[in-house]
Amino acid sequence: MRIVNRGGRLRVLAVSSGGGHWIELMRIMPAFVGCDIAYLTVRADYRSEVADAPFYTVNDATRWNPLGALLQAVRVYWLLLRLRPGLVVTTGAAPGYFAVRFGKRLGARTLWLDSLANVDRLSRAGAMAGRYADLWLTQWPGLASAEGPEYAGQVV
Amino acid sequence: MIFVTVGHQTPFDRLVRLVDLWAGERGRKDLFAQIGEGSYRPAHFPSQAFLSPAEFDARMQGCSAVVAHAGTGTIIKALLLGKPLLVLPRLAAQGETRSDHQWGTARHFAASGRILMAEYEDELPGLMDGLETFRPSGSLGTQASPELIRRIRAFVEEGK
Repeated sequence: MRIVNRGGRLRVLAVSSGGGHWIELMRIMPAFVGCDIAYLTVRADYRSEVADAPFYTVNDATRWNPLGALLQAVRVYWLLLRLRPGLVVTTGAAPGYFAVRFGKRLGARTLWLDSLANVDRLSRAGAMAGRYADLWLTQWPGLASAEGPEYAGQVV
Repeated sequence: MIFVTVGHQTPFDRLVRLVDLWAGERGRKDLFAQIGEGSYRPAHFPSQAFLSPAEFDARMQGCSAVVAHAGTGTIIKALLLGKPLLVLPRLAAQGETRSDHQWGTARHFAASGRILMAEYEDELPGLMDGLETFRPSGSLGTQASPELIRRIRAFVEEGK
């Protein structure tokens, strides 16, 4: 398994869907300085925001679109098999859930950061992804618990 | 120029219509709206379905104020630029989103004086009248809080 590259740099796959998820992801990426980072998202025009880092897209899908979600899951799994990252980080939603779940299965360490948007309860994807996340974070202290996610600050 | 944006997911015709009515009543034409695949087209100012990230950022930088749904992406970008932002949260009951999570986000940021929030439609015109003179409290850095960056860095380095 290619967890690290030659030179010992940790291979990281950073995953999010569009809009706020992507913007929140961009704001935590300074924590991965020194890693080999690849990006997976749903909009091709985000490529311009990641300089020359490897950049991949999958179809956008929500849970209201079962066929789209299935296709997205297959594509995420395929990319994980190709890249074999040592660490998967995501801010949600659907592609992040698949990446954390399959990434964990393939031996990667996994980090789920639940969106700032989820003030009163965890996102559905976040609640489902928690059991596959080695580090499960919420951005709201009121949502943190011993069995649930940890609170460690916000993206703002 | 006031920039109206509803984000990239589902349309938000209710907001676009309310802002259009306000613009008509006040005789304002200096607005621009990103309306998604909505069916309502504003009569008093130009609109476009979607913007590229570069176009979105240019509109944000060039505007005097922003009116939007309560998406975290829009809120973060407005705060980064110090722009006055008025949000109307999407309602699940109106089919504008799948849950009422935007209410929590909006209430939090409004309570700390960083944005304005219209809880109900009839509050929107009055809040729009004062929007361009609203000054958001505090400022936002270019990355997540030091606490969050440190916690994630520890996970990267130590694996827990």
